[in-house]
Amino acid sequence: MSRADAGAMPARPSGIRRLLRGEAAQGLVLVSPTFLYALLLLAAPLTLVLLISFWTQDYLELDRTFTTANYAEAWSDPLYRLLMGRSLVISGVVTLTTVLLAYPIAYFVAFHVERNKALWIFLITIPFWTSYLLRVFLWKVILGYNGVLNSALLGLGLVDQPLTFLLYNANAVVITLAHAWAPFAILPIYVALAKIDRSLLEAAEDLGDGPLRRFWRVTLPLSMPGVIAAALIVFIPTVGDYVTPRLVGGTDGLMIANMIQVQFGKANNAPLGAALAVSAMAIVAAISLVFLWLNRRFTRGGG
Amino acid sequence: MTDDRPRGRALIELDRVEKRFDEVAALKGVSGSIMEGEFFSLLGPSGCGKTTLLRLIAGFDEPTRGAIAIDGKPMAGVPANLRPTNMVFQSYAIFPHLDVAQNVAYGLRRLRLGREETARRVEEALGMVDLAGYGKRAAHALSGGQRQRVALARALVMRPRVLLLDEPLSALDKKLREQMQVELRRLQRAVGITFILVTHDQEEALIMSDRIAVMFDGEIAQLASPETLYRRPVDRRVASFIGVMNFFDARVTGESAGLIELDVAGLGPVAIPPEQAPGGRNAAGTTVGIRPEMLTLLFSDTERAEHEVSGEVVDAVYYGDMTYYDLKLPGTERPATVSMRNTAGRPVLRPGDPARVGWGRESVILLA
Repeated sequence: MSRADAGAMPARPSGIRRLLRGEAAQGLVLVSPTFLYALLLLAAPLTLVLLISFWTQDYLELDRTFTTANYAEAWSDPLYRLLMGRSLVISGVVTLTTVLLAYPIAYFVAFHVERNKALWIFLITIPFWTSYLLRVFLWKVILGYNGVLNSALLGLGLVDQPLTFLLYNANAVVITLAHAWAPFAILPIYVALAKIDRSLLEAAEDLGDGPLRRFWRVTLPLSMPGVIAAALIVFIPTVGDYVTPRLVGGTDGLMIANMIQVQFGKANNAPLGAALAVSAMAIVAAISLVFLWLNRRFTRGGG
Repeated sequence: MTDDRPRGRALIELDRVEKRFDEVAALKGVSGSIMEGEFFSLLGPSGCGKTTLLRLIAGFDEPTRGAIAIDGKPMAGVPANLRPTNMVFQSYAIFPHLDVAQNVAYGLRRLRLGREETARRVEEALGMVDLAGYGKRAAHALSGGQRQRVALARALVMRPRVLLLDEPLSALDKKLREQMQVELRRLQRAVGITFILVTHDQEEALIMSDRIAVMFDGEIAQLASPETLYRRPVDRRVASFIGVMNFFDARVTGESAGLIELDVAGLGPVAIPPEQAPGGRNAAGTTVGIRPEMLTLLFSDTERAEHEVSGEVVDAVYYGDMTYYDLKLPGTERPATVSMRNTAGRPVLRPGDPARVGWGRESVILLA
């Protein structure tokens, strides 16, 4: 509480009352609905998942004796390790592809669109106007055995037989996810680029840099916070995605979330599913921290 | 009166330079030469085209028409990174992701001088701007004055033929600004590089420059030494932009023995030589200007001046060392300002006091 507040108050009120009148208390009241919501819908389920992951499934009952056996299985079974590794690789490739494709678009809007910037940003959001499922099915139509792409390639005589590596594998998952998440990557990169003081670019040019060198030495480093934000926004949710691999991934494209779903469902082993979920979360959290650390290095400046 | 002819060799030549942004003409045909080793200022109110001209010289924009040559080489189509110019930006444009030494070394990287030579030059440049030992500081940990010095060191370390300064002192407080004016002047003499300064502060331009181009509406109104600009402004705009000037309505009544005969409202008839009409003259109605310090109050009956006129004090502003009087003179509505040094024993008059004003014909400037 600030000194001014304390001075304005009459002789020592009781502790509770002081707490209720203070700015901090007003702030708490203001955020309490959101806080409650977060507590009930985020913290509570997470705690439950964490608890279950240390229990054992005993047919229809849960044996509540503490055990780390689920984690031992989650981290040692080759199948789970394969799925986890594949999830990270697919997600990593999706992140890289998305950011690489989003950067030029963000750059173009930030530096080369003079008028109607808002219109361009608006156009970028158009894919969100249809449901995600519809967009996934559209990719099936495009990439399928008799799909648009194969028909076109056959028609042009570029291939003799339809290409089969397009759909029902990891490639299809990457293509679909990269398209779906592009807007989320474009916006933070655009914001970072738009924020760059134009006189910094002129200073670089003035000091002898051509356009390419200037990009490497000034534009790219100064836009890194946006790039890292974009990478996080794409990477974190895609590791745990199960709709896309389920629909276009075939068997080679299945990811860890599909296995978690199986454990909670058909396999009737919620504790193992929970252990897999918590493990995946821990790995994602660790990787995110590395990203955040990188971000701090770029924004701190100097040294 | 100083010799106003530019000395030495022309380093930058401007030939009828024009710049249009869409349909707005920012520069309407500017010509002139900037000499090697000279401290040159572009002075004018905002929107007069001075920054536009600086950016054309730097190569950030291309002129719509006309030509710029630096060191005899035409600059058309030469991008900023290949010109022998470096700029100190108004915002300083310090790279926020680099420390002080990396900022200063930015342009040296391309020259591949080697680690030791680069470090030596960076330290030398930082020493020149009194920032020796600041190399490891982060860019965001600098004060405004320090950022300005880093920007200066970063440009000077390149040893450019021309250093361009875009209102470099406008963001500093008054005291720091005055200190930097003197330091910039000293630095320019020490390194011998041609400086081109853009400023809207007439005092700054007078203090620092060898020559000044006063610009209005995309044109150079007058290009001369500070002394000439102050003593012989060519027109009313220049006269009122630089220093304080009293304006009197006047009429040209004739010409004899090489002198222009005038009848000045409030002061009476006077004859002046043509040098005191630097902007030429119109036949009929015109204006003359007299600086406040060229008018003298005559305090005792024994004091005499070449010309005398009686008036009344309307307002007196006391500055300690000086007193500024506004005087009502017969036959003119506009009060005339007179500045008097407060020497020992000299009284300070009050509003309503009668006053006798003396002046000499050499103080009269006929304005175009």
